[in-house]
Amino acid sequence: MVSTAATSTPPAPGSWLRYLGWSTDAKVIGIQYIATALIFLLVGGFLAMVIRGELITPEADLVDRTVYNALYTMHGTIMLFLFIFPVLNGLNNLLVPLMIGAPDMAFPRLNAVAFWMVPVFGLILMASFLVPGGPAASGWWSYPPVSLQNPLGILLNGQALWILAVALSGVSSIIGALNVVTTILRLRAPGMGLFRMPIFCWTALSAQLIQLAGLPVLTGGAVMLLLDLVAGTSFYRPEGGGDPVLYQHFFWFYSHPAVYVIILPIFGVFSELLPVYARKPLFGYTVVAIASLVIVGLSLIVWVHHMFPSGVAQWMRDLFMVTTMLIAVPTGIKVFAWVATLWRGKIRLTSAMLFALGGIVNFVFAGITGVMLATVPIDIHVNNTYFVVGHFHYVIYGAATMGVYAAIYHWFGKFTGRMLYEGLGKLHFVLTFIGTNLNFLPMHPLGLMGMPRRVSSYDPEFAFWNVLASLGAFILGVSIIPFLLNLVSSLVRGAKAPANPWNAIGLEWLLPSPPPAENFEEHIPTVLRGPYGYGSGEPLVEHQERYEQALREVAA
Amino acid sequence: MTSTSAGAAPGEAGGPGQNLGPGEASSTGHHAHPDHSLTGFVLFLASESLVFLAFFAGYAVLKNGALSWYPAGVEGLEWREPLRYTAVLLSSSGTIALAEHFLARGRLGLFRGFWLLTMAMGAVFLAGQVLEWRGLAFGFTDGVFANLFYLLTGFHGLHVAAGIVLMGVTLARSFTPSAGGGHKGLQAAGLFWHFVDVIWVVLFLLLYVWR
Repeated sequence: MVSTAATSTPPAPGSWLRYLGWSTDAKVIGIQYIATALIFLLVGGFLAMVIRGELITPEADLVDRTVYNALYTMHGTIMLFLFIFPVLNGLNNLLVPLMIGAPDMAFPRLNAVAFWMVPVFGLILMASFLVPGGPAASGWWSYPPVSLQNPLGILLNGQALWILAVALSGVSSIIGALNVVTTILRLRAPGMGLFRMPIFCWTALSAQLIQLAGLPVLTGGAVMLLLDLVAGTSFYRPEGGGDPVLYQHFFWFYSHPAVYVIILPIFGVFSELLPVYARKPLFGYTVVAIASLVIVGLSLIVWVHHMFPSGVAQWMRDLFMVTTMLIAVPTGIKVFAWVATLWRGKIRLTSAMLFALGGIVNFVFAGITGVMLATVPIDIHVNNTYFVVGHFHYVIYGAATMGVYAAIYHWFGKFTGRMLYEGLGKLHFVLTFIGTNLNFLPMHPLGLMGMPRRVSSYDPEFAFWNVLASLGAFILGVSIIPFLLNLVSSLVRGAKAPANPWNAIGLEWLLPSPPPAENFEEHIPTVLRGPYGYGSGEPLVEHQERYEQALREVAA
Repeated sequence: MTSTSAGAAPGEAGGPGQNLGPGEASSTGHHAHPDHSLTGFVLFLASESLVFLAFFAGYAVLKNGALSWYPAGVEGLEWREPLRYTAVLLSSSGTIALAEHFLARGRLGLFRGFWLLTMAMGAVFLAGQVLEWRGLAFGFTDGVFANLFYLLTGFHGLHVAAGIVLMGVTLARSFTPSAGGGHKGLQAAGLFWHFVDVIWVVLFLLLYVWR
């Protein structure tokens, strides 16, 4: 029986110390990723608080201008490379093997190597605060010629450390992507064809395919930037025959699709949660799955929309405007599928569901401003203004980070064995939703009025909206408190999590919370049908009653 | 891919799922995992080829936009000698195919001979590369063509060297079959070597043929 198998395996060492050391267990690595990412969320968030503190008054009075340049550069770099990517890699590690019925990732040792590169390049980036001249200060995209200045003329400058950290991040992400793609293609349970996979697995697959296609290009471009900075080459230096715009191509060829690497798994989270909390099958499963792959294809041919004002040819502007607008089609299909899933559902507003719904609302808003930005005349008008900053933060915080919170509230019990508190969760949601909109909505009128980004002082006519935005930012800062309190107090004395607290359908819910080290061990179930059979009453796997019986025995 | 055969249901004796096979037993006491390293390696090669593609695209963009391309006093690259080394490298794709052919027939001696010959031809190519670098009139920092020339040939040369090491490791393993992962390693080394050859063809066209 499952119960005997579950108890006869030596349980993973219960000590929390295993999270501090080398482990090849995907469930340990997943939590290591998420914990590391949350620490860096606090670091990046602190920098954001200082930035918004500076911007609450028109004068540059809180920090020195050069410090301000470093602040926004490091804020963006930390949030992207040390918060959002690692946290999503954590979700991949926790969810993908369980959802497809695999015992672990395909390459457990490579998996651990990929994770441990994160603290290494994190420390390299943090160390740049200590070198003479301070950290990189040329914005998170590090365009030449600004990034090639090196005024102190030293080899180990903040910009060089920045490039090194980003290159290491790229290598780590490529290793992680190889692992996720191989796992999904080769380790699925019997009967689980591609079109029986949960949507999260589709989106993880799509996102990691983008990593494999895009990251090598950024890494190559970053190597050339490093050589220009420290070895005297002139790939991007016009005086030596180079071209600074070439770097922009390399950078955006990856860094635009990177946004889809971030948002696709969040689409997966929304698609997993909505059926559970609306008690209905996901509307249009096949179309939603295929839309993910369409987004992958389109994401690789839109990057020039970041360079409309960079002196690119008119035909490129026209072409990339059209391809960028086309992305609204597969994403729009997903939004319609979610709305149709909610339609006449029995909706339960748990913390996870609130975050998912709030994330979708914010995403729709970000999608609308995204189509505006794709339009060449509007883009040139609002280029380098707060309109772009507002749009981007609606995607990254309003949709992606809220989606991450939704995932944490939904699956926390599954992987820790403890339930999060719903009351604190709802407080966290309310503060986050209000804070996000108060912080980022005012950036849109500011951008339309022409307030440039990346400056620490501004004309007093912009003061009103900036005060609102700063208040919103401080609410976001406060919103982290109930979240952290919830995590800690739940781990210490939260209610024990049952195997299936949300009455959800999926392989991960056929295992105890937390699952045994090898998931289903030798009892890998045979999948009979696609996911989300809510309301059908049909079993997901062969002999499902035996798995459920075993869970009841474990519980008793 | 997915097996449609009935996997092991709980309560049934034995009946391993399709996932169980010989493979890695990791340090945390995991069960044996199946070996999917070749899938991973092919994905890695696809990803790696995009680094080269980025460099090639950069080369084309910079060349098309350049006012003067070669360093002062240089008219173009001498191509006859590099062409000979190119022939050596390309024929080594044939010798490695022969080696794999003999391995499939179980003729281990001939396999090792041709495998070693392939490694030697790779080494000859690398030596030719070094000789060419030493004879050039320009250095790494003499303008954007020089930057690209050394970057591209250097990065490719690193791959040739890595390929030779990879082949050496698999050759050594052929004497100790118990080391495991042998056949996958051979296939991977073979794929890698063809990859390095194809990249060189594009590189040769870009650097020596396109004036």
